[in-house]
Amino acid sequence: MRGPMHGPGGGRGPGNFERPKNLKGTLRRLLAFMKPFHLGLATVVILAIFSTVFDAVGPLILGFATNEIQLGFDRMVAGTGGIDFGAVARILAFMGGMYAVSALFGYLKQYLVSGVSQKTIYTLRKTVDQKIKRLPLGYFDSGSIGDVLSRVTNDVDTVASTLQQGINQVVDAVFTLVTVLVLMLYISPALTFIALLTLPLTLLASMNVVKFSQKLFKGQADTLGALNGYIEEMYTGHNVVKVFSKEADTIDAFDDLNEELYRYSWKANFLSGVIMPVSSFIGNLGYVIVTVLGAVWVIQGKFLIGSIQSFMQYIRHFSNPIVQLSNLANMLQSTIAAAERVFAFLDEAEESPDPVTGEEPARDGPGQVEFQNVSFGYSPDRVLIRDLSLSIRPGETVAIVGPTGAGKTTLVNLVLRFYEVSGGRILLDGEDIAGMSRKALRARIGMVLQDTWLFSGTIRENIRYGRLDATDAEVEEAARAARADKFIRALPQGYDTWLGEDAANISQGQRQLLTIARAILSDPDILILDEATSSVDTRTEVLIQKAMNTLMKGRTSFVIAHRLSTIRDAGKILVMRDGDIIETGSHQELMARGGFYAQLYQSQFQGEAEAS
Amino acid sequence: MLKILGKLRRYWLLLLLLAATTLAGVYADLYLPTLMAKIINQGVSTRDYGFIFRTGGEMVFFAFVGILCVIAGSALGSRVSMGFGRDLRGAMFRKTAGLSLTEFDSFGTATLITRTTNDISQLQMFVMMAFRILIRAPLMIVGGITMALSSSAELSRVVLLSVPTLIAIVAVISCLALPLSTTIQKSVDRVNLILREKLTGLRVERAFGTEEYEEERFDKANRDLTAVSIKMHRTMGVMMPGITLLMSCTQIFLVWSGAVQIDAGELLVGDMMAVIQYVMQIMMSFMMFSMIFVMMPRAIASGRRIQAVLDAPEAITDPQVPARETGLRGTVEFRDVSLTYQGAEKPVLEGISFTARPGETTAIIGSTGSGKSTLVNLIPRLFDATGGQVLVDGVDVREMTQQQLRDKIGFVPQKALLFRGTIRENIAYGKAGATDEELLEAAKTAQALDFIQSKPGGLDSPVAQLGQNFSGGQKQRLSIARALVRKPEVYIFDDSFSALDARTDAALRAALKETVGEATVLIVAQKVSTIMDADRILVLDGGGCVGMGTHRELLESCPVYQEIVYSQMSAEEVAG
Repeated sequence: MRGPMHGPGGGRGPGNFERPKNLKGTLRRLLAFMKPFHLGLATVVILAIFSTVFDAVGPLILGFATNEIQLGFDRMVAGTGGIDFGAVARILAFMGGMYAVSALFGYLKQYLVSGVSQKTIYTLRKTVDQKIKRLPLGYFDSGSIGDVLSRVTNDVDTVASTLQQGINQVVDAVFTLVTVLVLMLYISPALTFIALLTLPLTLLASMNVVKFSQKLFKGQADTLGALNGYIEEMYTGHNVVKVFSKEADTIDAFDDLNEELYRYSWKANFLSGVIMPVSSFIGNLGYVIVTVLGAVWVIQGKFLIGSIQSFMQYIRHFSNPIVQLSNLANMLQSTIAAAERVFAFLDEAEESPDPVTGEEPARDGPGQVEFQNVSFGYSPDRVLIRDLSLSIRPGETVAIVGPTGAGKTTLVNLVLRFYEVSGGRILLDGEDIAGMSRKALRARIGMVLQDTWLFSGTIRENIRYGRLDATDAEVEEAARAARADKFIRALPQGYDTWLGEDAANISQGQRQLLTIARAILSDPDILILDEATSSVDTRTEVLIQKAMNTLMKGRTSFVIAHRLSTIRDAGKILVMRDGDIIETGSHQELMARGGFYAQLYQSQFQGEAEAS
Repeated sequence: MLKILGKLRRYWLLLLLLAATTLAGVYADLYLPTLMAKIINQGVSTRDYGFIFRTGGEMVFFAFVGILCVIAGSALGSRVSMGFGRDLRGAMFRKTAGLSLTEFDSFGTATLITRTTNDISQLQMFVMMAFRILIRAPLMIVGGITMALSSSAELSRVVLLSVPTLIAIVAVISCLALPLSTTIQKSVDRVNLILREKLTGLRVERAFGTEEYEEERFDKANRDLTAVSIKMHRTMGVMMPGITLLMSCTQIFLVWSGAVQIDAGELLVGDMMAVIQYVMQIMMSFMMFSMIFVMMPRAIASGRRIQAVLDAPEAITDPQVPARETGLRGTVEFRDVSLTYQGAEKPVLEGISFTARPGETTAIIGSTGSGKSTLVNLIPRLFDATGGQVLVDGVDVREMTQQQLRDKIGFVPQKALLFRGTIRENIAYGKAGATDEELLEAAKTAQALDFIQSKPGGLDSPVAQLGQNFSGGQKQRLSIARALVRKPEVYIFDDSFSALDARTDAALRAALKETVGEATVLIVAQKVSTIMDADRILVLDGGGCVGMGTHRELLESCPVYQEIVYSQMSAEEVAG
């Protein structure tokens, strides 16, 4: 797994050049997320004003102290007295006080900003998470799981770090800039004018460098992406590369990309490393001019030495916030682009809401399912199921077979209301499922899938997932019924064994037994088994089949299977092709008919037929 | 870590130049306050305008030298650090490409990817920062102290107190914050993990109606992450105000004791101003320096992870003198082969002996974990046996070059993988320079022709990374075509028909039978129906061979085989 990596220094530079589409709108929406914290934000601004102003005034007061000393020195030279230590002490004490207050306010501000920004991010993450459950399942079919994941992790993280640093720096930089400018004007309008003359020069220089380096950074980012993709692909296909003896070709292609990356990245990093020194050189020029002019004016008596000192410190102060703000502008762009992607996700169309008045139907019922003229398509122009009618008796086992893409899974997804029918209706014990709440409907259905989904937690928690209020005894009872109890108890921690991310400590077949136990525990009226045994080898399958037979007893069951041998005993077999049910009947009836099913069955067992 | 940094050795000349330019730059920077003090002390008091302007000119000159040095330094530093990253990445990729499957799997694909991408970027950034700071900061500190001492030794003593205080502040805060940042990383991983699970389990979750439970699970992780992030930022937040305050106090102290010394006639005002600037520069340098130490543990961790891969032994190497060809074609022989993974108690394979000859099909069947895939992986030397011998064409596979050996084999792996490019490139991966005719023929046998031709681009249709734009069955068929186009002596199908539906499976096997002709075929399978008509079936159980023979023979003699067969088909089917 690749975690987010913002190391110190970030390592990306201004490399992210996505342009936000709607800067103002997105910004406003982001601010709306911070609404509960508006008071906190206002406090942050006030604290920031105090801390930056007090901090910025420091050099001015230091200059006063120097002036006082210089005056005393002059008096010493003239023999009329000495340094007035009382005055110096008063000035320094005042200065110390200012700095202390500034530091205190500075910390308080940090303290508040941390709370505000992290809580905003908390809300944002939570909102994205809650959005997931309201989206129709169809949204995730187009392989968007990776997208959603990167939205909640990378994009939200980008917004988070900008909020944390950004709020702090923007407020600071702006107020420092203003205060310093005012103080410089106060010391000497003429010198300020000269110092400001160097400003456009700094901006011009750094903007040119930035413009030039943007192309390089984009090249660097693109090449790095291509290179990382290549590495991922080749490492994943390691054994294929090996068995086809392609190591040399692979290394050559890699070297080309690697060399290209080097060419882009050293230039890009070089240029970004140049911006600071160039602007500090121009700052130094200002420094020299101020020293020389200031010295001349001191001689002419127009100026005090301490003022030169303060002014020089201000020149240094002045370029910092400008550089900071221009960095922030870059950061803001990519942040807004990230926020836009998050908001676009939040704006996706949701499932139709459940009927509000819907009284919870009786939890138990015989479990009769009826399809009445049902049609369905993922999009209006691609109708998959057309005018399908079907009636299933309570307790009956229905097997659904057919080639890939025939609509087998779609059919059961409609029963679960993962998708809404586009025509006709589906009745459960005589009631239209579209009128029930999804929760009430699904509470009556249990499911075992080919993909044995377990989460990181204990075995007990994973089984209890079927019915959250089940007692420990009920969990173990279900495990026994699923024939999983034995292997669970053989594990060192028994039911409290922690299942890792990939649940590597138990086998595929054992995982499947756990999902069956989960379904048994949920005690549904209707059961759906979707390719539940196809990823297990045939010997384990026997065990699972036994567990499933226990599970299916007395319940209306839908069984989808590739291997026809597993469903021969089903009461009713539906043969699907291209969304239609083309044959219905028991195994014997269908074989006797000699239709599509018989053909399918024979092709699967051709080997046996030939061997004998 | 040091071993990795050894890769910098080839850049010694550039590094030397870098040190020289940095030194010159630092000198130029440090000289500015001294010149300023001169202007104030001498120029102002003697009212010598000429001196003031001359010294001003000198200042401009030094500022200019300073920036030239910094630019040169930046160019050199970028070249060296990015070159270092490139070299390291190249070394990693080469090393990984050479690893055998055992070593590769002992690391795991995911971590190898991270090590080649993130860890190297991390280290490269660190080296670049280190060049900017590690060389400059000590020079700045030494130079700053020298200059400050020459301006006023008395005043400069303040650094003896303020620098240790500064280091203490940075150290204490870092010590508090570092464990927190580790916790943050863990919390972030947890949030991502829960989300990933949630998204992959959407159907289960909705079917069981556990949305609220899931929401609570996520919310808890989210809250944990928020709490620890806030704590971390609040701890780190002490750093900047604390350091600023310390610097201000130092300034106040300098002005006060400066005033005392000026009053005693021991110091000039200009020197006091210069010392203040030097002391500030010294402290800034120390701060930068300590930042490196904060970054260091992370870089060292990355370095260790990279080194571990570079140090991994290469178990499978080519012989110095490859054995000569025997003239045999397509014979695969196992002689009492066993394989035990390092550190494992039980062997994965034990005492396997059989011979597969041209024109014959040898099938291997057994339950999951019985060692079927491992067995066939021994033939192209993806593993080496720890006991016994594997011979291809009468020669021990360890006595051939890997290229020689693998050229004889057409391998279809269990997990069908395609590479980014076109369909043509992917099939031709099996045989460089194959003609369209050959490619299409292979595709036809592999039952891939229909879907290839239904695509607008035909053979030139694009394939996304890892073949993600194809279904499992399509990928499997293309990877079969890739092996077929080679026309090798030995075909190995490692459970390669699992994603095909029954009809395609049957059609493919029928077509294969004609195509492979006199080649040797080894098939690993789950389904008995796939291998019933093989010339020889090996039944594996727990790493050992518990039966060998034809379907008929095994049905009578091998209980494990009977069990497998009866679990898959009814009695009437078995008998026909």
